[in-house]
Amino acid sequence: MIILIQLLNAVQYGLLLFLLSSGLTLIFGIMGVINLAHGSFYMIGAYLAYWFAKLTGNFWLAIPLAIAVAFAIGLLIENTIIRRLYRRDHLYQVLLTFGLILVFEELRSIFFGDEVHGVATPKILDFSVPLTDTLSYPVYRLFVTMVCLGIAALLYWTIYKTRIGMMIRAGNSNREMAASLGINVPLLFTGVFAAGMALAALAGAIAAPISSVFPGMGNQILIICFVVVVIGGIGSINGALIASIAIGFADTLGKVIAAEYSAIAVYLVMALILLWRPQGIGNQA
Amino acid sequence: MTPISLPRPLLLVAVLALAFFPFAASTFYVQLGAKIMILAIFALSLDLLVGHSGMISFGHAAYFGVAAYALALISPKYEAANLWLTLPAAMGASALAALIIGFFVVRTTGVYFIMVTLAFAQMLYAVFHDTKAGGGSDGIYIYVRPEMTLAGWKPLDLENPTQFYYLALIFLIGVYVFLSRILEATFGRALAGIRLNEPRMRSIGFPVFLYRLGAFVLAGALAGLAGYLAACQFGFVNPDILAWQQSGIVLMMVILGGMGRLHGAVLGAFSYVVLQEALSAPALLGAYAKHWQLALGGLIVLIVLALPHGVGGLLDGVLRRKNRAGEIA
Repeated sequence: MIILIQLLNAVQYGLLLFLLSSGLTLIFGIMGVINLAHGSFYMIGAYLAYWFAKLTGNFWLAIPLAIAVAFAIGLLIENTIIRRLYRRDHLYQVLLTFGLILVFEELRSIFFGDEVHGVATPKILDFSVPLTDTLSYPVYRLFVTMVCLGIAALLYWTIYKTRIGMMIRAGNSNREMAASLGINVPLLFTGVFAAGMALAALAGAIAAPISSVFPGMGNQILIICFVVVVIGGIGSINGALIASIAIGFADTLGKVIAAEYSAIAVYLVMALILLWRPQGIGNQA
Repeated sequence: MTPISLPRPLLLVAVLALAFFPFAASTFYVQLGAKIMILAIFALSLDLLVGHSGMISFGHAAYFGVAAYALALISPKYEAANLWLTLPAAMGASALAALIIGFFVVRTTGVYFIMVTLAFAQMLYAVFHDTKAGGGSDGIYIYVRPEMTLAGWKPLDLENPTQFYYLALIFLIGVYVFLSRILEATFGRALAGIRLNEPRMRSIGFPVFLYRLGAFVLAGALAGLAGYLAACQFGFVNPDILAWQQSGIVLMMVILGGMGRLHGAVLGAFSYVVLQEALSAPALLGAYAKHWQLALGGLIVLIVLALPHGVGGLLDGVLRRKNRAGEIA
């Protein structure tokens, strides 16, 4: 039974990582921008959910509000700053988005302070499913897993079955060709960037009751998402899904077997994948 | 082509100015000067990768931190360690870490390289932060600075801030001269060739993997030198010195100072420390001094958008204009 609990945790964490890394990998694949500030939007989502939940007293209202604000910030940032990076060297993308992290992190410190804040689990989901006499599993975690699965399905459907998805895939494989076929590339870029930010914020918002909100939470998860993107292959949604679940398992099982070394296990998986397939599991050599 | 180093007379003036600085400055500024020079060595080591080899490492603080930890771990608790033994050991530890990590990372290029170097650096961070090997998140104190005694002869006393300043200056000059020499030798030329056209270098018969790995290990060892000196100066190591923010800051120094130019790395370190001191001084920003990183981040964004070639690009323009004026006269 303990194994079942750990498996559920691994899947839940892995799917949460997928919400973040799918945006990261698409933004890189389509626009060629390495966005370090992606983790900041996870943090923004979590803090906004915490703040709106306190303000309105309703977690279910806080989540859409947090996502909407993050989407708006994404639009603003893309229009004013990220847009100017599309043709620049990765070096400047790294430096500029590093600057953005510092800005977001300090704004967080000014507006919300440096303390850790808990976010109450919504009443309706605040109970556990009994598994045995002594063990039980919190329903909220199951809810997070379900939401992530739903979003992942929606993402698949959008990318592989809709006209917008077709444009995204076209932009991913060849930007110039897509533009010359009449796709409004600047608009597509703005949309994908803001949608990626909204996904990151959603991940932060629904994770908040589990992990609470704390300084630096975005940076910690950003680096794990990089590992996911490296393993999955840049631009590959399928790769990101497989890699997210794999990292979810490596981290969760690592914590069970040797807690002190669990963070290291994740990087060892990456090192092995690099030797085996340097271009990631989702991409052809 | 942009010059790798400043013209000789200008360098001589700079060295003389640095050498006479302690006579004119208070202890606080002498210590600040030593800190700048240590960071300059760190930035120079990263410029070997970023500016000269085209490898954008976002995990360079790892090698800085490994040497700092090496010193802290091998120093006796209440006695001075011997610099002649601990410095090579600490740099060797950094070089070894760079060799093992480099074996995996130098096969990747572009954005993969950025992410993978970051991830491995974070792995070392996790080692020092999560396990008890280096005192965990609390870190370790180094109560006594290492000694330079060699067979009864003691050239510099590291406990004395002015003498420590000169030690840092000597190492900075040494690293600067060493890098400018090897960059003009075959090794540096080959690295430049690999940066500009890797397939061609490969087809000519250069062992690209070995050259890149060599540069990675050398940069790691030199970052280790800076980390060793930093640990001496602050007397304290904790996992934050190899956190990824440090890697970002040193990358910023290199880019803002102007990559691919040795003096650029030094200027970058100088500008960063001066900027940090100015922004975090309550005199300038009042209550917001605590949040100086907000101003720093905003400034980084503005500089990247406004100056495509960094602050060093501006300096190049000035130097080039001077050269042209000289040619006409």
